[in-house]
Amino acid sequence: MTEMSYLDGNMLDGPLRELFAVDMSTAMGRCENCGMTGSMASLHVFAHAPGLIARCPSCEAVMLRLVRAPDRAWLDLRGTTFLQVPMPLEQTQPGPL
Amino acid sequence: MLSAGPTPRVSLDTWEFVIAAENGTEHRWSWQELMALPQETPMVDIHCVTHWSKLGTTWQGVSLDTLLDGVDTGAHFALAHSYGGYTTNLPLDDLRGGRAWVAHTFDGAPLAPEHGGPARLLVPHLYFWKSAKWVRGIRLKTMDEPGFWETAGYHDYGDPWREQRYQGD
Repeated sequence: MTEMSYLDGNMLDGPLRELFAVDMSTAMGRCENCGMTGSMASLHVFAHAPGLIARCPSCEAVMLRLVRAPDRAWLDLRGTTFLQVPMPLEQTQPGPL
Repeated sequence: MLSAGPTPRVSLDTWEFVIAAENGTEHRWSWQELMALPQETPMVDIHCVTHWSKLGTTWQGVSLDTLLDGVDTGAHFALAHSYGGYTTNLPLDDLRGGRAWVAHTFDGAPLAPEHGGPARLLVPHLYFWKSAKWVRGIRLKTMDEPGFWETAGYHDYGDPWREQRYQGD
């Protein structure tokens, strides 16, 4: 039995905005441990710790760790197989006449 | 209180503490065996990396000197591991000399699960992330192996008097 005292992954938006130029709350991630793919906003974030820890909502494995020092940040994504980020539709370039 | 994940609920019937030497030899204690060892009641100051300290806290537990007595090892490093998967590394010398305990009682009451009970490591001369909650055992190592926070930017040693919070501090 476990006690669940986490925030949802939407709270990662601000901290990750410092590192990424895209809106990470709309990104999808795949859990390295169980293979579940879901939105980063669905992760369970434990913020009452020396850093931020985002865990898979399915298996509770750590997918993301973010440590913020006053002058540096560390991002550990070893628990995330991939991040899928929505991108603007690529414009088709006109072909040669 | 700081926590890296859900609070594990560990039954005293199944709880055990294991010291694994670098040669693979394991030394195990059940809850009853731990409680039968000589108990100490350290009163210590604790220092959290998030800029708070608590002075004069009272604990009860078993000294690591007692637990390491009889463990044949030439290792210089230790990796503490917990129920729930947390790890943290320390020099083995920092677990000796009356400076580290497996603590099960805080302020006269059994250590609550959210504070690391049934038992946590207590190493008050280092930042408190080194005092692993829900401690399950210690692996003795010839090479230093960084733990959960030490692989994500936190300092390898964590001396509060030198404010060793992050790598390079």
